Amino acid sequence: MKNSIIILLAIVAFTAASCGGGGSTAGKQKQVTLSAAGATFPQPFYNLAFKRYNEAGGPMINYGGIGSGGGIKSLRDQVVDFAATDAYLSDAELAEMPGEVIHIPTCIGAVVIAYNIPGVTELKLTPELLEGIFLGTIKMWNDPKILAVNPGLVVPDMEITVVYRSDGSGTTYIFSDYMSKVSPVWNAQLGTGKALNWPAGIGAKGNPGVAGTISQSQGSIGYIGFEYAFAQKIQMAKVMNSAGFYIEPTLESFTAAAASEMPADTRVMITNSPNPAAYPISSFTWIIMYKDLAYADHSRESAEATVNTVKWLTGEEAQAIATSVHYAALPQNASLQAATLLKGITYEGTPVLK
Amino acid sequence: MSGDRITKALLFISSLTILLLSAGIVFSLLGGAIPAFREFGFRFITSTAWNPTAGSENYGAMSFIAGTVITSILALIICIPMAFTTSLFIAEYYNGNRISGILRSLVDLLAGIPSIVYGFWGFYALRPLLVSTGLSDQGFGVFTASLVLAIMIVPYATSLSAEIISMVPAELKEAAYSLGATRREVIFSVVIPSARSGIIASFILALGRALGETMAVTMLIGNANVIPKGLFAPGNTMASVIANQFGEASGLKMSALIAVGLLLFLITALVNYLGKLIIKRFA
Repeated sequence: MKNSIIILLAIVAFTAASCGGGGSTAGKQKQVTLSAAGATFPQPFYNLAFKRYNEAGGPMINYGGIGSGGGIKSLRDQVVDFAATDAYLSDAELAEMPGEVIHIPTCIGAVVIAYNIPGVTELKLTPELLEGIFLGTIKMWNDPKILAVNPGLVVPDMEITVVYRSDGSGTTYIFSDYMSKVSPVWNAQLGTGKALNWPAGIGAKGNPGVAGTISQSQGSIGYIGFEYAFAQKIQMAKVMNSAGFYIEPTLESFTAAAASEMPADTRVMITNSPNPAAYPISSFTWIIMYKDLAYADHSRESAEATVNTVKWLTGEEAQAIATSVHYAALPQNASLQAATLLKGITYEGTPVLK
Repeated sequence: MSGDRITKALLFISSLTILLLSAGIVFSLLGGAIPAFREFGFRFITSTAWNPTAGSENYGAMSFIAGTVITSILALIICIPMAFTTSLFIAEYYNGNRISGILRSLVDLLAGIPSIVYGFWGFYALRPLLVSTGLSDQGFGVFTASLVLAIMIVPYATSLSAEIISMVPAELKEAAYSLGATRREVIFSVVIPSARSGIIASFILALGRALGETMAVTMLIGNANVIPKGLFAPGNTMASVIANQFGEASGLKMSALIAVGLLLFLITALVNYLGKLIIKRFA
């Protein structure tokens, strides 16, 4: 009890400090501090990028990886300078916001199908197999349907253990968005969401939890962010895309998924891309911010710092940082779109970028 | 006299703070849980549905209530023989001995290990062991979680029981010895009966801790939102589902999670109340 009170006090103090960060910068001339919160999926990229930006003379940015939902809430409550989310805001969510909110794509992440089968280093999966495995209708690794897609595959007579995210997550959202597009059965039974009503398998918390569980459990399969599978050297399956090719998850195949038509507000899911070179389970991840930054007690100074930071984040230098931590860079059309949107951001009606 | 008055006022304020805090917790839990109960009514408690998909949202707490109660009771059953014998060893049989001193500090050390470390140990050491016995395919499930929970609550039950056993008046024991009783007879006819209510209280406290334990359970239980189908099947507990899902929850789902929290609060309160009743009966 005593401990929890101390923790509670610490949290209150910390929240108070970080809430004040955005607005109370007027007094300090040199160092502007921005506060941001949201998705954990791109957090490794943001952490590194913001650190480099700060070292190069940019503002100090406190990014809280509290999940996309938490980020959206923080932006709605106007306690952050910007937020980050893996799933774009629906029209209903946009309508709930106290001001106009815009989406800026920052990089492309992909969800890979990671597996641990003794002796197997290459596995090809089709949407039908994914549906069967994750819905629990294909139960064994030596199921004829799996062998039909993977001729010559030597698999043990082993039960399939599906590992899914027990916490609400953008990773689950991207995966289920793809599955709902390619499988009517999935769409009817589970649908799309950050958390689902899984019919089979075991849940683990966070991308690291799922990655750890897969690498520790023979016969398991699950979906995780690419960078986590990459870091832990877990085997990743090739997935058949809409053009019928089996695509290996690589940064190039993720970027290829994004190189198609894009709506003006960038709110688009690029899963199941028509591009024949595209890996089908890729998605943008977004920074969301108000179109007019004069809200709460935000100063013009912090508004400028916010726009400059996001502009830098979508620029060449930061995109190179993204690829170094295994996120795919934005294709040209997306970065142009981001630049146009950022030019439209205002402070009390006048544009922030000159 | 004024110093006395200040002390009295200070004590009054701090006790009032505790009262206000608990009232505040109940109040905010109730307020947050209302939308879920309004939507699902009493069915929220009895239903095992947990479907967060937008459009067909449906929530019920039964899977988690079952998971919590099963793992906690199982942990208590595993914990009782371990904690009971250890506390007798420490406080009566080898009291004052060097071995009991070492054992006592080891037990206290166990109590200080953070929950996440127990989870780690369970995940990387205990789980592979269970898999190798062939009892369970992946080692996740109710039994693994209960076993780790039992180990986590043993130090609480042991420390408290030992404290209470060593408080049994020496005169009572000496009287029994003088009547020619053996050591075993003294323990079973004098020490245990006079420490009985305290020992029971220590186990109820341990059960309370098992009910609310989160992190280690999450890592080992498998987080499947269903009533566990067997000892080695995955399930989920109330504390674990809240910890897992509150981050991305909003609207009705958030309310459902708060309602699960309220139910957990009520169950813990009920256990404490039952404990008090038992202690009264035996005292």
